[in-house]
Amino acid sequence: MSVQTQVAQDKELLLDVKNLKQHFPVKGGLLGRTINHVKAVDGVDFQMNEGETLSIVGESGCGKSTTGRAILRLDNPTDGEIYFQGQNLLKLNKKEMRKVRKDLQVIFQDPFASLNPRQTIKSILYEALSIQNVLPKAKRLERIYELLEHVGLPADSIHRYPHEFSGGQRQRIGIARALAVDPKLIICDEAVSALDVSVQAQVLNLLKSLQNQFNLTFLFIAHDLGVVRHISDRVIVMYLGKIVEIADKKTLFQSPQHPYTKALLSAIPVTKKEEKRERIVLEGDVPSPINPPEGCRFHNRCPLAVDACKTQVPPLRNIENGHQVACHLVS
Amino acid sequence: MKTEVIDEKIQSPIRNKVKKEKWRSFYLRLQKNKLALVGGIIVLFYMLLALTASLIAPHDPYEIDLLNKLQQPSMEHWLGTDDKGRDVLSRLLYGAQLSLGVGFASLFLGAFFGIILGIVAGYYGKWIDTIIMRFIDILLAFPGILLALAIVAALGSSLINVTIAVGIFTIPVFARIVRGSTLSVKKLEYIDAVRSLGANDITIIFKHILPNILSPIIVQGTLRLATVILTTSALSFLGLGAQPPLPEWGAMLSNGRDFLFSAPYLTIFPGLAIATLVLGFNLFGDGLRDALDPRLKK
Repeated sequence: MSVQTQVAQDKELLLDVKNLKQHFPVKGGLLGRTINHVKAVDGVDFQMNEGETLSIVGESGCGKSTTGRAILRLDNPTDGEIYFQGQNLLKLNKKEMRKVRKDLQVIFQDPFASLNPRQTIKSILYEALSIQNVLPKAKRLERIYELLEHVGLPADSIHRYPHEFSGGQRQRIGIARALAVDPKLIICDEAVSALDVSVQAQVLNLLKSLQNQFNLTFLFIAHDLGVVRHISDRVIVMYLGKIVEIADKKTLFQSPQHPYTKALLSAIPVTKKEEKRERIVLEGDVPSPINPPEGCRFHNRCPLAVDACKTQVPPLRNIENGHQVACHLVS
Repeated sequence: MKTEVIDEKIQSPIRNKVKKEKWRSFYLRLQKNKLALVGGIIVLFYMLLALTASLIAPHDPYEIDLLNKLQQPSMEHWLGTDDKGRDVLSRLLYGAQLSLGVGFASLFLGAFFGIILGIVAGYYGKWIDTIIMRFIDILLAFPGILLALAIVAALGSSLINVTIAVGIFTIPVFARIVRGSTLSVKKLEYIDAVRSLGANDITIIFKHILPNILSPIIVQGTLRLATVILTTSALSFLGLGAQPPLPEWGAMLSNGRDFLFSAPYLTIFPGLAIATLVLGFNLFGDGLRDALDPRLKK
């Protein structure tokens, strides 16, 4: 109840994720029974406002991509609520979800796997338009040319196949496909990680200009802190299926509070000698998400851990306007 | 509308060019494999014979001429005559129609059901997968020819029943290959992309999965055709398939068996026909596999 009223009051709120959990069963034994669960995402809460770019960063396996896939309902989450424009996505049936998909799009990491090799560019984009029935048939071709222009591809690429393009160009096709249906939220799942640095910058700038042009909201999933720093308004740091810190970009990069965030940021290479920072090197490996540590999930690698960290799970607390940290030592 | 008109005029040559280049590169890769080319020519040769049998056959394959029975190959009867005086060459030509016809029919039958079962099992997974694949395992547990024998024995011996029997024993091979390919294609990001656009399962299966698993299906189909033709002939040889007076190669072989020493050409030529056609399909199938394998491109 309270959630719905809150959404009604705050017009800008686009996405509200509450206690999202995604546990994948681990099968084993002679009869293939479920013997355990991989707790890929274990209780994640965050909000997104219209028009902003929110990044999720973290190491491989921390659950950032899983969070994105759960919002798109490509996998059905174990538990939680996802309110998109006030509607709980997890309560929708297939037909209702299909309608919502028009506003919810995704750009994938691998430009070589994200386009059907047997479809021409025209057929890829036409399909997007016809699945969601966005435009009358007569206007669709015109729209396809328009989309190609928006993403900076020549008009004569329309009859070509994906293998005739470079990685950056393919990623542009993927962006055009996502844009085709006029979405509100685009989830960029490591959208530039597979590209060369120079091409990365081009694609990032393209995304930024498209955001201004079409008032898009981006959920940007990445592991590259340089990219995150370039594109985000706010940043979420995840560790082992939980959020450890949320802050706007400036606060996060200048005064990180959680020990894990500090360690992560200290790994960014420095270009100037005089800026040399203290490098925090974490000991050990990320524990298995099948059996995460009790209490704070980071306690066995945390240089500052106290007894409370081993038993109590630190809640995500607001320390100052919008800066949230999940640590017993930060008040 | 304007753009559409312009588009079709200007773009279609480019489109055709792209398609032509695709075929060209496929042909070039196939051509490199000389054995595959030989296989292809053999297959094409037999198909041509089967299609034009009624035009090129020198005699009526069913015409009994007891005065001229068991004749040696001569100018009049190139491959001799059988124990009822029928022209062996004409019977072989019409037999090509039967062998290839039954071969293709049972292959399509098996492939059709195999592909459907395989895709459904691979795409939906979970208990559906378990049920389908255990059923396939049961089919696979029988030796192929024994399974076909049992089915024909149950249905009665005729060419149509042989087609059905061989079709059923072809299902498991296709189901397994298609399931495996579906599993690997299903995980690719473009499937997720169309799912997040809201495409339904039918669209995803027919437009996005099936076209991308066609190569292994085609290769398997070609290789399987050899087995299917061999099995059909074997069943006919055992008297379970084509019934007299049909000029099926296996049946001709069986018929000529009684005259193995007095008229060996009655068994040699049908045997050769079966052997070369099967060899042709095998060589061609191997070549296709190499040519269609994306890892060998470039």
